[in-house]
Amino acid sequence: MSANDAFAQRAGQPVGVEREELPGGTPASSGSDEPLVEVRNLVKHFPISRGVLIRRKVGAVQAVDGVSFDVKRGETLGIVGETGCGKSTTARLIMRLLEPTSGEVRFDGQDITKLKGSRLKAVRRDVQMIFQDPYSSLNPRKTVGATIAQPFVIHGLNEGKGERKRAVQELMETVGLNPEHYNRYPHEFSGGQRQRIGVARALALKPKLLIADEPVSALDVSIQAQVLNLLLEMQREFGLTLVFIAHDLSVVRHMCDRVAVMYLGRVVEIGPGGPLYDFPRHPYTGALLSAVPVPDPRLRGEEPHLLSGDVPSPANPPSACRFHTRCPKAQERCSIDDPPLEDKGTGTSAACHFPLTREEVAQIGVRSAR
Amino acid sequence: MNANEPLLKVEDLHVEFPTEDGVVHAVDGVSYEVARSATLGIVGESGSGKTVSSLTTLGLTRTQGARISGRIIFEGKDLLALSEAELRTIRGNEIAMIFQDPLSSLHPFFKVGVQLVEAVRVHQDVSKKAARARAIELLGLVGIPDPNNRVDEYPHEFSGGMRQRAMIAMALANEPKLLIADEPTTALDVTVQAQILALLERLQSELGMAIVIITHDLGVVAQVADDIAVMYAGRIVERSSAELLFAGPEHPYTWGLLKSIPSLSGTRKEQLVPIPGSPPSLINLPSGCHFHPRCPYSQPDHARIDPQLKPVPGEPSHGVACLLEPSVRQRLWTELGDGKTPEQARASVGLPEPQEALVTASETVGDEPEVGL
Repeated sequence: MSANDAFAQRAGQPVGVEREELPGGTPASSGSDEPLVEVRNLVKHFPISRGVLIRRKVGAVQAVDGVSFDVKRGETLGIVGETGCGKSTTARLIMRLLEPTSGEVRFDGQDITKLKGSRLKAVRRDVQMIFQDPYSSLNPRKTVGATIAQPFVIHGLNEGKGERKRAVQELMETVGLNPEHYNRYPHEFSGGQRQRIGVARALALKPKLLIADEPVSALDVSIQAQVLNLLLEMQREFGLTLVFIAHDLSVVRHMCDRVAVMYLGRVVEIGPGGPLYDFPRHPYTGALLSAVPVPDPRLRGEEPHLLSGDVPSPANPPSACRFHTRCPKAQERCSIDDPPLEDKGTGTSAACHFPLTREEVAQIGVRSAR
Repeated sequence: MNANEPLLKVEDLHVEFPTEDGVVHAVDGVSYEVARSATLGIVGESGSGKTVSSLTTLGLTRTQGARISGRIIFEGKDLLALSEAELRTIRGNEIAMIFQDPLSSLHPFFKVGVQLVEAVRVHQDVSKKAARARAIELLGLVGIPDPNNRVDEYPHEFSGGMRQRAMIAMALANEPKLLIADEPTTALDVTVQAQILALLERLQSELGMAIVIITHDLGVVAQVADDIAVMYAGRIVERSSAELLFAGPEHPYTWGLLKSIPSLSGTRKEQLVPIPGSPPSLINLPSGCHFHPRCPYSQPDHARIDPQLKPVPGEPSHGVACLLEPSVRQRLWTELGDGKTPEQARASVGLPEPQEALVTASETVGDEPEVGL
């Protein structure tokens, strides 16, 4: 039996059975139909304080402001958006690395925002994270073996002598590292290999949910594909549910079953990858997709549909629809009446009063819709 | 000056940095030309020498103790033979550069306007008042709203996109003939990136300057470059017009790059084909073809023979440095285009397997290239 099979068996997964794909691209759930993660009206405001002796709150950065979505078992949910849209804050809230201002995160049916002590620790075992920077997310003074074994130490697992080392070496082999490099230090590895170490550490506790926050954006193109393939392979092998955060829209399309687009702390559109990329309804999704440079010089002559101006400050976001200050379709109603996130009948849900039409999608040159 | 002469001509450029660990061969024999008002895109991964070759053009590697050989001819003058004082009259004046990180390229203590005025007055004998008027004009040119007031703001008051616009304004201060843009949009969000690329294109057509754009993003070069040079481990491995390069790439490394990026319109089903291993150490470069340890099609003699950049038969402007037969390359690319893996393509073309087993991802290929700049 290979190390991978052994690992899968211990993880309670049938060996050699691939996850089935249902029609419509929804992966078969590994258990009940209940979503693994339910996020409801999640809000995170970071206070802005002034004053030296007497600190007083003068405002708040509304990093995440009323976000709701589900993550189904076994699927990959992508979260895209530009700097400051709240995608990383959302991930940290799901991990309970941050305390939400209000709202709920239900993991496996239980609200984790109020958990404390040992019950929180138990949940943390099921949720693991891979970080963007493979250089700063590994302790340079610890051997790779010690880094990957740390989750076992924290949770008191595999305590027998030699057992821990064996488990770590199996993990290293699973993610494509040489198990003999157990005693090496992070600086002896390249960027791509370091990211593999991060993946091994995240998989050590056989989590149910893996959150990958920009896992490949610090890597070179040729190495990026290695890590993306590894993540897909691991997901298949261990039946993982994945939340994949990235700003690269092509990578997100490749990796994800469903995609949520965020703008200034809100989800503006969410839906399966196909409909979202082929027929975006929210003008912001359309603008993002038309701005992506495509490696095809034949598309050069086409003027991209440029958004004017910059993203407004999340400390002072625009009223009602937050995109109305930059939206080419904005009307008076958009600054008064907050559009709800609702099904637009073409496969995605969008928060927009005046969603894009097919003609407009063609006109603004959405580069995925051809 | 002959109008048909290229504006910039780099000939057999070598740049080496002696370090404690050995000599870093950052640029290992690079030649290229940039025509007037044209855009050359230099594509490569970290450590491919794309930045060092451009910094050398501006004489910015001289102080690093670099050993430089070759020729860099700009408007008939060999830049490598000029003194530092002579070079200073060209740098920032006839050749300007913009960098990846606009925040660390602007001085945080000085107002944007003050920095622009300085850039103007270094090369032009004008009054402060005239220079300030020019600064406001430049900010307007690069699309900064309300330049009359913005000119008195500090860099931290500008957003990322506006800082890059301010950098571009500074580079344009003296109407350069050549603008070198080193990863100008890498630190920016995608919608801002689109704005900056559109701005560069507009300025180029208005001012008629040539641009060298250095990037790792094949999408960006496809959008803005007329000609493309693909660099790997200090050398240009393929050079061609943008159309030809994307329609019929010739070098296995270029194939590898194109096959490792997911497409925006693609589906989840397509398989990415990564290039095995990682880029080599620039201290200890592989013998022969620098790419051979990672190339799925390498043959025994590829470790001995140094490939030269030669024209592709029938495409005189399309150069490739590869030891495979042109007909074999063509068949391989056709097979890859049909969705075959490199191994399947190699088998159906009838190439023998590489003799040394290809490096796998779990093995280190030398050390990480680290060029301290």
